[in-house]
Amino acid sequence: MTRTFLTLAGGTLIVAATAGQTPQPPQTPAPASQQPSEVMTTITSEAGTPPRFAVPDFIALSNDAETVEAAKKIGQVLYDDLNFEHEFALIPRDTYATIPAATSVATVPFDRWRELNADGLVVGTVQKVAAGVQVEVRLFNVRTRQSAFAREYSGSIANPRLYAHTISDELHQQQRALRGVARTKLTFNSDRSGERLGNTVESRSVKEVYVSDYDGENQRQVTTNRSLNITSVWSPDGRTLAYTSYRQGPPNIFLANIYEGTGGVWMKSEGQNWTPVFSPDGTRIAFSSTRDGNAEIYVANRDGSNLRRLTNHSAADIAPTWAPNGTQIAFTSDRTGTPQIYVMAADGLGLQKVTSETYADRPTWSPAPYNEIAFASRTGPGNDIKIKDLATGQVRQMTFGEGTNESPAFAPNGRHLAFMSTRSGKSQIFTITRDGRDLRQLTRLGNNYQPDWSK
Amino acid sequence: MIRTAVTRTAFLVALAVIVAAGCGKKQPPVVKAAPPPPPNTAANTRPPAPPEPVNEPTIVPPEPVRDDRIASASLDDLNRNSPLKPVFFELDSDEIGPPAKSVLEENAAILKKYSTWAVTIEGHCDERGTAEYNLALGERRALAARAYLLSTGIPAERLRTVSYGKEFPFDPGHDESAFSKNRRAHFVITAK
Repeated sequence: MTRTFLTLAGGTLIVAATAGQTPQPPQTPAPASQQPSEVMTTITSEAGTPPRFAVPDFIALSNDAETVEAAKKIGQVLYDDLNFEHEFALIPRDTYATIPAATSVATVPFDRWRELNADGLVVGTVQKVAAGVQVEVRLFNVRTRQSAFAREYSGSIANPRLYAHTISDELHQQQRALRGVARTKLTFNSDRSGERLGNTVESRSVKEVYVSDYDGENQRQVTTNRSLNITSVWSPDGRTLAYTSYRQGPPNIFLANIYEGTGGVWMKSEGQNWTPVFSPDGTRIAFSSTRDGNAEIYVANRDGSNLRRLTNHSAADIAPTWAPNGTQIAFTSDRTGTPQIYVMAADGLGLQKVTSETYADRPTWSPAPYNEIAFASRTGPGNDIKIKDLATGQVRQMTFGEGTNESPAFAPNGRHLAFMSTRSGKSQIFTITRDGRDLRQLTRLGNNYQPDWSK
Repeated sequence: MIRTAVTRTAFLVALAVIVAAGCGKKQPPVVKAAPPPPPNTAANTRPPAPPEPVNEPTIVPPEPVRDDRIASASLDDLNRNSPLKPVFFELDSDEIGPPAKSVLEENAAILKKYSTWAVTIEGHCDERGTAEYNLALGERRALAARAYLLSTGIPAERLRTVSYGKEFPFDPGHDESAFSKNRRAHFVITAK
């Protein structure tokens, strides 16, 4: 479960793919957390409702401003991270004010937290050490005052959020056997630079590929070619993006190794090539190409070898997505006259139409254990996000006509979706739970499109 | 192409004299009239091309001798005020309707007149469709316009297509007036 590509060193995790910086190897992985005195217990509430957790600021054991700031930040971000999955009922932080802040683990006023009806209390400390910072965290059962979870980390202080994200993921795993997504990332494209394409008579916006943390923080630009760069997607290991770029004229598929700052064209250009997507094992890329005359779905190995055409129809086929076990591919086709979602085996056989919408596009297959395909559907003047359950055949609607809503992407644990919506004016990236709650706007600069969630 | 252009310059000078002298006569033209080459000094430095055979396959009436501003314009100027008009489509459709047909006929005539021009046909969509499928729909529109031009006899190698989906609206508005301008096949002259 340890995702070694995200490190506690923080700092510059992302470098621009084309800027030609010196290759920057990923920094040392997070040190294996130790478990000082952990009693393996799971905190529950009395009534079978989610246990109520309090997450105050971490305690700064050093007085310097950086440590104090980091301690505060880790507590806030951890609160948000834990709140995101809705596994725990987080007691609002503004009710903590009356409870004296602990100065060490020994002085935690458990009685006062008990009065707030807290079942669990997160107590963390941050201490400056020679190499950077040492972070300790425990989850206490407020009634028994026993530690149910304990971890210790050390590393750079440059990105305190990453400590919080790591704690959140490990706490979800230990307490709820849930794979959290606090260390996952999003990619999307944006016109926020405000730049215009050169060499065109009409005014045309540059779009570049960006990445951010799952919560929209740490937004960073990946491409810098001042062209049209769209449909970026993650490799399963989270180290590479594949995307569609018009930088050489005709659209073609490019790769960006974001930690090395390397990348370039994936396969020699032939026709127009769009909407790449990695297979779940990362060894292949499916995409749409006009190399044989019109838009068809193809698949090739990641090194560009073994190109195979999977569809053969005069209609347009585009926007492939893989089933999580890699045996099937869903895509958009207008072979009935309107765009609809189809599923076929990964060798192109066994084609089935799975939607009967007015208009359906951008299928995204959910991760297991769910067996669903999310897509954008025309529901009126605009589009809404819908999800089709492949087992029951039922379709449920996630958004309801607030602006237009497009390009859904599942979180890797299937519990959230990211998507583009114009509900706040411009096109922005939002996340929402898989049952339609807790809408969050992640982007605010310029227009932002086509999110994909790292695996 | 360079060879043709240079050779044609020579013939054009001769032709201009013939036309000026005997405009009214039904004298069959000897060579196809082509627009004068762009004011490109680099062309003058190239070695002289071998003479072109006289029996060119297509014979068209000579052009009027008046100064052709289109032919002498730079590519940028040409595209800024393009003689090739865009073709518009209905929502979700790549069908070439009667208005689009007449525009394509005019564009075909221009492309026949300026037979050295190469054109990229861009397919565009309005914002109501979704971004991913619009890449495919834009390509369908570009291909539909291209197929029509091919049927008029424009050689395939002069017509490339590219789809921009809904990425580059002509009109940034959000009403039908904007949408109808954005569902288009747009012609960009890439070589002359």
